[in-house]
Amino acid sequence: MKPTDIKDPEYFHKVVDCQYACPAHTPVPEYIRLIAAGKYTEAYMINWDSNVFPGVLGRTCDRPCEPACRRGRVDEEPVAICRLKRVAADNKDDVKKFMPQGPFTPNGKKVALVGAGPASLTVARDLAPLGYELHLYDEQKKGGGFMRSQIPSFRLPETVLDEEVNYILDLGIHTHFNQYVSSLKELLSKDYDAVFVGSGAPKGRDLDIPGRKEASANFHIGINWLANVAFEHTNKIGKNVIVLGGGNTAMDCCRTARRLGGQNVKVIVRSPFAEMKASPWEKEDAMHEDIPIIDNHVPKSFVIEEGKLKGMMFEKVHAVYDDAGKRKLVPTGEAEVFYPADDVLCAIGQENSFPWIERDLGIEFDKWELPTVDLVTHASTNPKVFFGGDAAWGPKNVITAVAHGHQAAVSINNFCQGIDLNKRLDPMVNLVSAKMGIHEWSYDSEVVSDDRYVVPQADKKLTLSNRKKEVELGFNRLTGFKEAERCLNCDVQTVFTESKCIECDACMDVCPTACITFTENAEEESDLRNMLKMPAKNKTQDIYVSDTLPTKRVMVKDENVCLHCGLCAERCPTSAWDMQKFFYNVTKTHTGCHKN
Amino acid sequence: MSYVRPKFRHPELPKNKLGYTIDYYEGTLSTLCAGCGHDSISAAIIQGCYEMNIEPHRLAKLSGIGCSSKTPAYFLSNSHGFNSVHGRMPSVATGANMANRDLIYFGVSGDGDTASIGMGQFVHAIRRNLNMVYIVMNNGCYGLTKGQDSATADAGSKNKTGQVNLFESIDLASLAIELGATYVAQSFSGDKAQLVPLIKAAMKHPGFAFINVISPCVTFNNNVGSTKSYDHVRQHVEATATMDFVPEMQEITTSYGEGSTKQVKMHDGSYISLHKLSEDWDPLDRQSAMNAVLNAKAKNEILTGLLYVDPQTEDLHHLLQTSDKPLNTLTKEELCPGSEALKDINAGLR
Ligand SMILES: Cc1cc2nc3c(=O)[nH]c(=O)nc-3n(C[C@H](O)[C@H](O)[C@H](O)COP(=O)(O)OP(=O)(O)OC[C@H]3O[C@@H](n4cnc5c(N)ncnc54)[C@H](O)[C@@H]3O)c2cc1C
Ligand SMILES: Cc1ncc(C[n+]2csc(CCOP(=O)(O)OP(=O)(O)O)c2C)c(N)n1
Ligand code: SF4
Ligand code: SF4
Ligand code: SF4
Ligand SMILES: [Mg+2]
Repeated sequence: MKPTDIKDPEYFHKVVDCQYACPAHTPVPEYIRLIAAGKYTEAYMINWDSNVFPGVLGRTCDRPCEPACRRGRVDEEPVAICRLKRVAADNKDDVKKFMPQGPFTPNGKKVALVGAGPASLTVARDLAPLGYELHLYDEQKKGGGFMRSQIPSFRLPETVLDEEVNYILDLGIHTHFNQYVSSLKELLSKDYDAVFVGSGAPKGRDLDIPGRKEASANFHIGINWLANVAFEHTNKIGKNVIVLGGGNTAMDCCRTARRLGGQNVKVIVRSPFAEMKASPWEKEDAMHEDIPIIDNHVPKSFVIEEGKLKGMMFEKVHAVYDDAGKRKLVPTGEAEVFYPADDVLCAIGQENSFPWIERDLGIEFDKWELPTVDLVTHASTNPKVFFGGDAAWGPKNVITAVAHGHQAAVSINNFCQGIDLNKRLDPMVNLVSAKMGIHEWSYDSEVVSDDRYVVPQADKKLTLSNRKKEVELGFNRLTGFKEAERCLNCDVQTVFTESKCIECDACMDVCPTACITFTENAEEESDLRNMLKMPAKNKTQDIYVSDTLPTKRVMVKDENVCLHCGLCAERCPTSAWDMQKFFYNVTKTHTGCHKN
Repeated sequence: MSYVRPKFRHPELPKNKLGYTIDYYEGTLSTLCAGCGHDSISAAIIQGCYEMNIEPHRLAKLSGIGCSSKTPAYFLSNSHGFNSVHGRMPSVATGANMANRDLIYFGVSGDGDTASIGMGQFVHAIRRNLNMVYIVMNNGCYGLTKGQDSATADAGSKNKTGQVNLFESIDLASLAIELGATYVAQSFSGDKAQLVPLIKAAMKHPGFAFINVISPCVTFNNNVGSTKSYDHVRQHVEATATMDFVPEMQEITTSYGEGSTKQVKMHDGSYISLHKLSEDWDPLDRQSAMNAVLNAKAKNEILTGLLYVDPQTEDLHHLLQTSDKPLNTLTKEELCPGSEALKDINAGLR
């Protein structure tokens, strides 16, 4: 194999598993170290630059970073990355002074943003400092999109959301709330230089089975019902509640129902428990609130007596998998079962819907009624119109919407400045030795053995009686510190310099996780992977191959389970190994260099 | 602070026949200089014991004084150990072995510990064919006391301060062959592929098994002009043969070119499999081993690999006809057989 090109920033970026997995590529280990050092404000600002809503995400993020976390490959559980973010948000001092300070000199360009969810708000934040005049439209009375209308206050207090939405609105955004955009044609006819569509995926799926019409008064589409609760149009529900669906929306519905008077709330889902879409922690939280989850039950009909909903009938099924692993739900043949219900909340899916976009504007839609959007630039087939967030490719999550927002902002800026859309901004990268002295590094290289800490929760009696009482209390500073110390500092890279190596094997012998091997080279990567001290079976992780050494061998390091403990560098007599702190940050429009 | 070994290991480490992963054979984290050859030898010992399915409590580590003699702290934490006085490891080993013949005795020494202060003890352990493994981590200097030339430093070799050694070196391997050692090998700390099977076979050998391992001292004897530096050794090694140690009842799967393979059967059915043998060398023939070492030396080469083995040898217990059980397992009846037995003994002396 050819030597690894470590000059390509993507090589080391990939080693930082969490950051790489984060759609917005938040420099996770960097902020975790700052939390351990008690520098909460700095930790918050690192987050704010990348993910715009640290307080919101520290409570609600889907956390794609955690399953990716290296610690999960050597320890029972990954680092509680998400909840550490909250520690930064909870303990920060004034952060506003570190944010771009308006008013900004206008650049003469005007952009409309449809929908005030995280995607549009991110575009607004990234473009405002450049002097864009930004007009933000939303049919709701406040900004935040689904973060406000869907995520319940017991998971995300309104104050936290308000604070972070306002940091953006305070940059001088022109808001048009309580205003539904009913025609894109009309919007385009105004003098906007570009339009960003961040209208989300606002249509909840209905359930077409017998009795549905008659049940209407007590049948609610989950996301509409949650919005009604959030905006206080709804404040109660029946005692017996059935929630249909197995995703996170179902979890929010059932837990909200428990707080509005639902005593006997059940989640009933078609799929087996293990295959439900909801995150494991969401399921746990629901069950902790005495909500049973009944799996393998397919809804068949509503039972109506004297014009009133009494409950629902379900067919029992079990999952059968074909050779390709495809699942089929097959009826068990048992009699249908009845579950009583005063109200039914339907959370079986959510779709995009663009009734307000005329089909003659040059915006191409596919057969699923989704717009054709460029994966990198977020441009639609109308050069002026860009899409992002759930509106672009269907329902995802807040952090993905934010990541889209950053890239869409780059494109909109390019478009307005006459720059090729495909000219993207290079990441900001830095690589510098962490060596401070003998046995001393600029990071806590010692690998602690602590198990993952559990986030404490408020008393159930309290939280179930008050819809707005936040359930999670967050880590206190001490626990935050201890959890932060579990981070393996994967951004402190092991950097190898062939010319210094005397092939003494010390690094190979000392490495606790058998990452390093000196071996003959092989043509094929798959062969070389098998020639290592421990075969490098995890193909998602790269191997780091050196140039040929004097004995004609190469150094090969399997990145998979490296603990970044620094022992290789510590035991290397010639500093052929060095631990070097790698910083990688996605460049946003407002942080890039705009001076000529 | 990075000088703490993490608890985590590779999650897929294979288990040996006893159900242990290799970390069960580790010691504490080494405090030797970074890059010291001795650490590589420790790693080879760990590897060998793991592969041989040694129960750690069935092994005793013995050593004298020196950086090399410190290494038993860095492997096999679960084994017995005795760190004796400078050069006196062989007598401690002899005593221990006489008392309990059932343990594997693993002696570790340095060139100073063996070829200078401990020479008298070393030669007698060989003469007695004490059943033990005796490894010399040979760096040509007294590492622990800051790198003075040792008795194995080659004449003409330059030390770190530029001084040239005036005296002829003691060649421990040829000395051992000369004195009748029944297993003699030589290796290089930087060649685990060779060293690990040598260690494994040495543990199986039923007598005195000596391995002289060239082990560069990175701090005091790795300079240009030294004949024990990494560079010099790499440029001058020559092997008697490539060697595999094959435990009992395991099929040989690798095939080698005809005429270049030889198998040495050990007393318990395991065997040493040798390939690409050098010319005029027979591992079972002392004379040829001696010649091979001398010829290599004349060519300025360091001959490594197995040099000589007598697989059917009989050790000190056999020669002295001692108790076939460890002394600590003897019962009162066996130790005090009664007045009848005493009478018989007395009668025998009359
Ligand atoms: C119940 C529920 C819980 C969720 N929980 C989480 C969670 O815990 N963590 C997480 O990461 N994600 C969660 N999500 C998903 C997340 O909320 C969305 O993926 C994310 O908010 C999408 O952001 P967006 O900017 O694309 O649009 P949205 O947040 O959906 O915002 C779109 C906004 O546009 C407005 N709008 C739409 N059309 C028009 C129009 N024509 N004119 C004016 N305004 C318009 C809508 O009113 C809405 O306010 C949840 C979703 C649901 C349904
Ligand atoms: C009786 C006695 N004499 C002298 C010493 C000093 N001393 C300690 S280690 C050592 C030499 C060790 O050399 P070697 O055995 O080659 O070990 P290395 O450190 O090179 O591995 C000496 C002379 C001592 N500890 N005890
Ligand atoms: S930092 Fe070095 S010694 Fe530590 S796990 Fe990674 S490769 Fe091994
Ligand atoms: S410890 Fe350093 S010099 Fe020794 S083999 Fe490893 S990289 Fe090379
Ligand atoms: S002084 Fe030499 S022998 Fe001793 S630990 Fe250091 S390198 Fe090894
Ligand atoms: Mg020495």
